[in-house]
Amino acid sequence: MIQLLSADGTRTPHEEFDEVLEAGGLATPERLRGYYRDMVMIRAADLEATSLQRQGQLGLWASALGQEAAQIGAGHAARTQDYLVPTYREHGIAWARGIEPWRLLEMFRGISHGGWDPHELRTHPYMIVLGAQAPHAVGYGMGLQRDGAVGTGDLERDTAVLALFGDGASSEGEVAESFTFAASFEAPVVFYSQNNQWAISVPTSVQTRVPLAQRSRGWGIPSVRVDGNDVLAVLGAVRSGLDSARAGEGPRFIESLTYRMAAHTTSDDASRYRPGSEEEEWAEKDPILRLRRHLAGLDEIDEAYVATCEEEAHDLAMQLHHHIHGMKDPDPMIVFDNVYSEPHPIVDAEREAYVQYLSQFEDEEAGR
Amino acid sequence: MTTLVLITLTDPGEGLTEAEIIDIKVSVGDRISINDPVIEVETAKSAVELPSHVGGTVTRVLVAVGDEVPVGTPLIEVDTDGGPAPAGSAADAPAADAPTADAPTADAPAADAPASAPAPDGPSAAASASPAEPAPAAPAEEEPKNLVGYGSTEAPPRRRRRVQPAADTQVPIDRILAKPPVRKLARDLGIALADVFATGPDGTVTREDVLAAQQRAIGGDTVSVHDGDYFPDESPQAPETLPGTMKSSLSQPFAGYTSDDRTTRVPIRSVRKRTAEAMVSSAFTAPHVTVFNEVDMTATMDLVGRLRASREWADVKISPLVVVAKALLVAIRRNPEVNASWDEASQEIVYKHFVNLGIAAATPRGLIVPNIKDAHLLTLRELAIGINDLAKTARAGRTPLSATREGTITITNFGVFGIDSGTPILNPGESVILGMGAVKEKPRVIDGQIVPRQVAQLAASFDHRLIDGALGAELLRDVSAVLEQPDLGLVWG
Repeated sequence: MIQLLSADGTRTPHEEFDEVLEAGGLATPERLRGYYRDMVMIRAADLEATSLQRQGQLGLWASALGQEAAQIGAGHAARTQDYLVPTYREHGIAWARGIEPWRLLEMFRGISHGGWDPHELRTHPYMIVLGAQAPHAVGYGMGLQRDGAVGTGDLERDTAVLALFGDGASSEGEVAESFTFAASFEAPVVFYSQNNQWAISVPTSVQTRVPLAQRSRGWGIPSVRVDGNDVLAVLGAVRSGLDSARAGEGPRFIESLTYRMAAHTTSDDASRYRPGSEEEEWAEKDPILRLRRHLAGLDEIDEAYVATCEEEAHDLAMQLHHHIHGMKDPDPMIVFDNVYSEPHPIVDAEREAYVQYLSQFEDEEAGR
Repeated sequence: MTTLVLITLTDPGEGLTEAEIIDIKVSVGDRISINDPVIEVETAKSAVELPSHVGGTVTRVLVAVGDEVPVGTPLIEVDTDGGPAPAGSAADAPAADAPTADAPTADAPAADAPASAPAPDGPSAAASASPAEPAPAAPAEEEPKNLVGYGSTEAPPRRRRRVQPAADTQVPIDRILAKPPVRKLARDLGIALADVFATGPDGTVTREDVLAAQQRAIGGDTVSVHDGDYFPDESPQAPETLPGTMKSSLSQPFAGYTSDDRTTRVPIRSVRKRTAEAMVSSAFTAPHVTVFNEVDMTATMDLVGRLRASREWADVKISPLVVVAKALLVAIRRNPEVNASWDEASQEIVYKHFVNLGIAAATPRGLIVPNIKDAHLLTLRELAIGINDLAKTARAGRTPLSATREGTITITNFGVFGIDSGTPILNPGESVILGMGAVKEKPRVIDGQIVPRQVAQLAASFDHRLIDGALGAELLRDVSAVLEQPDLGLVWG
């Protein structure tokens, strides 16, 4: 497992990744402080979302607590033109791509189908179906090849795709099929698997006899296993993988070893299937704590910065709180808006029929 | 300013309905902030700490440790000291300030993430550029158009069907399948393919179909029976009063429906669809057995007549159906095992100690079966009021969903259509349905004499998985006995 930052914040050199980080200007003190702030912010949003679910404001929430470095690192490693295909637990990825947390919360409230323009933000909508990210990403990548957007040598234009999935989804058949296609067509895809140790209540040990990273090698897809709680290792691995993919060198696989600190979702109780001692052990490896220790060791962070971040995080949480409480349902007609990109006679007819259908109802007095 | 806000039990999982209070973390007088845990509950799935959605001073604790409470129960009352009026408070309307002024987009990551994590080539460059300015307005501006209300204090207004579906809600289908030579033939003969009744595979129009249409067009009618012959008397107003939807849709103008001279195709939707699903599921999961009995209703009709004339019943409509309902309740009391349901999932028979008596109602929307809760506790007069209200609400199309749930046994009165008998299908989840035929004057033999009597047929279908023939027969015999001798209600009731 590749690690650049140990749990106590000690930096270990790594020839390839250090070069990548250096070339991209990804590890300057300023950037490091930025990652720290990002992680603090997204954790606060995550905790707020859990509270909102408990307050009846969200139908469900899938917490990404503990996976902040694995996501903030990967999100910032992608270049602007890269296309990211997330699961439903990628709040740090979304944050790094400029997707505001309230857009995620809307989806978990059930009033939005995704909430952002995937083309504009180069990030696919959250997908609840797990494993589906892999074939989508490979198909998109093969499309990029046909558009001539791969391997021209222009780093600012050549495009790669980041397929996100977890340890559980790696057992799905379509991930294996996607490996086949990606390897055969040398698709510009990085398969990025956050191994958070638990597929709901099933531990990784039940799903695989070898480290996940070894799996893709049978397809001839090079792989690495990195410490997913180490933002620098993640940045190095993902940037390196994407750049190699965009250069036309085919797919890569990255296993990012991390830990889901919360339950699978708000409707699950993790204490029923995993020992508290395990959670304590991983709390020591916390990605935010680690980066802060590293920054402190460099003397690049002070109490004032930490306090400012926490204040901003609290403000963000309170804004989300007030925004979500009492949020209104959207106009039901918007379901027709994005079916086709251009006017379509059947959709028009269906829209009209639905207007008529709705007009057949009248409000009754509220309450039962 | 004192603003009292109630913290209620929300559904902490997916579809949970109640929870047990296992810890109360605050007492009256405590100051709390937003998201402070106030109560810990245990549900079927997990133990969960419930965070407060407001900050303020705890003024009342409304539950105790060990209480098992349903979702929606008030738990804690908080005085928010006139602080920012929380959405979802017990006292006020939340809509005003929350989403607009406080939209988190004001300084969401897009706006200032780049400041701390500048990325000349990274994604945050894109992030800062694109979503930052249009975003803040977006969530607020799109709101006013919403048709369905939302908010934690107000239950969403329920909506009901107002009119029959208009004929022109049908999405036009312009893809008519026909082979090119057939299309040419139709064009040559001046026949529109849309007017041709297709008999070919997958609904394709064949050569013969076009020729048949041509023959009809020139008057050589090859159609032996026309729709109009079946329903010569239907007027467009009929649907409002008809029990089912079949006739109503046929009697409407055909425009918009896929139709030809011989058939009309109407999309299966709404109540018709649900009725069909319920009937199929019931008919194919519960093996039905139906027993019949002809009952001398003369004494019951006398009773109805006397009650109708009495002062006590001056403002309550009494009908034979009410007495049949009471007779059924008395018979259930003598045969309580019939009031049960089959739980396939847990492999158990569930015996119910209460009767929610369903009355099948023909409404303009179709068949619905609302039930009278705890009918076994009601007097005859209360039962009559219940049945009348049920029917009135159903006919007005205002039956709430809750009224159609958790029925235990049902009566269907096909007698109102002048029908003698039938084989009713069980309401799903129930084990008995009693069908009541029309009360007619018929000759009966009493003491060797033929005398005119008021007679009706009763039919009881039951789920043979849990009710044996003997028990089913016993139930119907007891119902019949009470109707023939209403005095027995006094003895058995």
